[in-house]
Amino acid sequence: MKQNSLKEYFRQWDAGNFDFTEAMAGEDHPKRPKPEKPLPAWDKKPILRLRNREIAFFRKLYAPIAVVLCTVMIGFLIYTVCSLPPFGAADLPTNNEVTARYLGKGMEETGAVNTVAGVILDYRAFDTLGESHVLFTAMLAVLALLLSESGIRESEAERRIMQDDLILRTTARVVTPVTLIFGVYVMFNGHLGPGGGFSGGAIVGAGLILYSIAFGFENLGRILNFKMFRIVVLFALSFYSIAKCYSFFCGANGYETIFSAGTPGAIFSAGLILPLNLAVGLVVSLTMYGFYSLFQRGEI
Amino acid sequence: MSFSLNFPLFAIVLSLICSVVSALLPRKAARVLSLVLFGMIAASSAVILLYTGKTGRIFFYQMGHFPHPWGNELKIGALEALFSLAFSLVLLSCITGGSRQLRIDLVPKTSNLYYSMVDLLQAALLVLVYTNDLFTGYVFIEICTIASCGILLIRQVGRTTLASVRYMIFSLVGSGLFLFGVILLYQVTGHLLMPNLRECIALLWKNGQYRVPLLAAMILISVGLSIKSGLFPFHFWMPDTYGYATPASSGILSGLVSKGYIFLLLKLVFDVFGTEVFYQSGLQNVFYVLGFLGMIIGSISAMRENDIFRMIAFSSAAQIGYIYLGIGVSQTFGVAAALFHVLTHAVTKPLLFLSAAQLSEAVGGKKQFKELQGTAHFNKFAGFAFTVGSLSMIGIPPTMGFISKYLFAVSAFHANLKMIPTLIVLAVSTVLNTIYFARTLIRIYNNPDGTSPSRIPNSAQKPFVLSAVFLIVMNLIAGIASQPLVNLLRESLNLF
Repeated sequence: MKQNSLKEYFRQWDAGNFDFTEAMAGEDHPKRPKPEKPLPAWDKKPILRLRNREIAFFRKLYAPIAVVLCTVMIGFLIYTVCSLPPFGAADLPTNNEVTARYLGKGMEETGAVNTVAGVILDYRAFDTLGESHVLFTAMLAVLALLLSESGIRESEAERRIMQDDLILRTTARVVTPVTLIFGVYVMFNGHLGPGGGFSGGAIVGAGLILYSIAFGFENLGRILNFKMFRIVVLFALSFYSIAKCYSFFCGANGYETIFSAGTPGAIFSAGLILPLNLAVGLVVSLTMYGFYSLFQRGEI
Repeated sequence: MSFSLNFPLFAIVLSLICSVVSALLPRKAARVLSLVLFGMIAASSAVILLYTGKTGRIFFYQMGHFPHPWGNELKIGALEALFSLAFSLVLLSCITGGSRQLRIDLVPKTSNLYYSMVDLLQAALLVLVYTNDLFTGYVFIEICTIASCGILLIRQVGRTTLASVRYMIFSLVGSGLFLFGVILLYQVTGHLLMPNLRECIALLWKNGQYRVPLLAAMILISVGLSIKSGLFPFHFWMPDTYGYATPASSGILSGLVSKGYIFLLLKLVFDVFGTEVFYQSGLQNVFYVLGFLGMIIGSISAMRENDIFRMIAFSSAAQIGYIYLGIGVSQTFGVAAALFHVLTHAVTKPLLFLSAAQLSEAVGGKKQFKELQGTAHFNKFAGFAFTVGSLSMIGIPPTMGFISKYLFAVSAFHANLKMIPTLIVLAVSTVLNTIYFARTLIRIYNNPDGTSPSRIPNSAQKPFVLSAVFLIVMNLIAGIASQPLVNLLRESLNLF
């Protein structure tokens, strides 16, 4: 008995609680038919009953251990933050030649009035290239998770209630166009003022979601079906990758690019920043809308 | 500048583009595209390896028009080229060797997404290997995390969903801690490029300024990356993750993804913290102790396991322990041994997973040891491949495993205080490895109870045979002609 309990103790640590897992998630192999369980298994077998008692014991321990760990972690982080340089001091370590060049020469070198856009899309463009692919990866993972199931369709009744909501539909009719236009403005304005692809894309995505909540997916789905969705994302991301690859290649080998900084402040200026902002904006807005659509009805 | 120095950039961008294109292609085309891509990356890495090996230098590849500390950079040296070559070759053989199970495990509607995510993983691994910028490292760690969860949960059975939730939680905690560390480092130095960070940190450490944030950053980054690579107390996500994923994914996750994080950690130790600072901080002793415990406890857990895949997964925990033990022993010989073991494990673990999958299929998809009785007689080649993999993990010459154990033992003699415990733990863990692998081998070669319930036709086995032969040959070549490899590792460590 003692040996068993030790074994089960280890099993519980490494496998999670075995029966609970099986019961929650079904069998290991998809093709094997699920065995029928008329009675809860722990009711019959003494070992399993023991295991459940142990699980209950560890459940009780989890809360105090979690509290202690979190307290230690919070204390450690607060202590660290207290010994950091004071916020906003003039002689901060971050106030060095890097920021000096970004702020002093940024407009001249990148052509972007908005220094943030200059930094993320020109000085450190490789990070942003990765960042936009993070969104794409997340979308792939969600697609892999949700597309292979039969689909969690929104129930008809629920949809009807949503669409019959007069207040929602009236508001959406007024707000959606404004939101979309504002989002596009923020994207186009990224190199001139606050904004850019990520924020503009989020606004457009929110507009699309609002529209589909109020009016259902049918109208939007006529233009923005799954195929269209994938093609737009494909073109936006591969344009981004190829354009940046070209500019990295030129930079590393000491060639001039064909994209010039232009006159700072003009709408067509700052070289690649404007088209890149548009590409990022498309990816962000479609990803947001795609997540909503996937979770709501299991398809795009 | 030689044109071949552009190859890492092309390889990264090409894998990103291929992943986006694969999302639109049908399964077969996506698969071919991935295979061609990995082959091309392997070939280009070989060219870079030749070039950097010949010149014996490290090159900094400026990403854009701005040099460091303003713009992103890649760092291209022989070590980086070697690892990108090894990673792409292993990735290629995982996808080839697991293709039969992939066809069964993937739903037709989403199967092209699998290749898309594998392409992204390739891009992320390349960046983790080549990057010279801390924040770029973080961004591609995120891609790596999400894509690994994706290739895990794409096989939709209950256990993989739970396993990927658990893996996600562990992995995200790791990424979060890493990000905290990066923020702290930026706060006290104002840099994100590795060479500048290293200068600043060395100066700050010498003057005794900001000692607490520096130490905290080192702790957070090390803990974050060791959670993600599965060091001892954080290895509980491993058995489920590796045990229930489709075999190709198990091979990729255990052989490559966790190794990518370890390579990044070593890069940080050498290029960001600097070896002096890191080895003065005492963190290497923590790695040593955790690696030590991981070697023992991982092996004991593997011995207690009844499921062949979970046993191999626990054996991974023990092997990760070896690597961290090497980092803890010393900064020259120990780290060289650790790097060699990274390669050994990357070549051997996928072989074990792929051949175990083949063996379990020969008895009708069963995974318990009881049911695997005599299965090596039903599938002779898979049995042979599993044997070679086991011998390499135990450390029998002429496999790579022997060389890594030898290098660990050599490194022990260069460490004063840690010599005796290192030698003892090597001996004990080798015995434990032998026990559980020998048990498996005896079981699979024991007299079969009957005939095989499901014979795999020879044509369906071809991809597996191809990739297994490839992995075995790599293993044996590196095991027999190990000296050039070891020299290369040691020289590149001096260049760091």
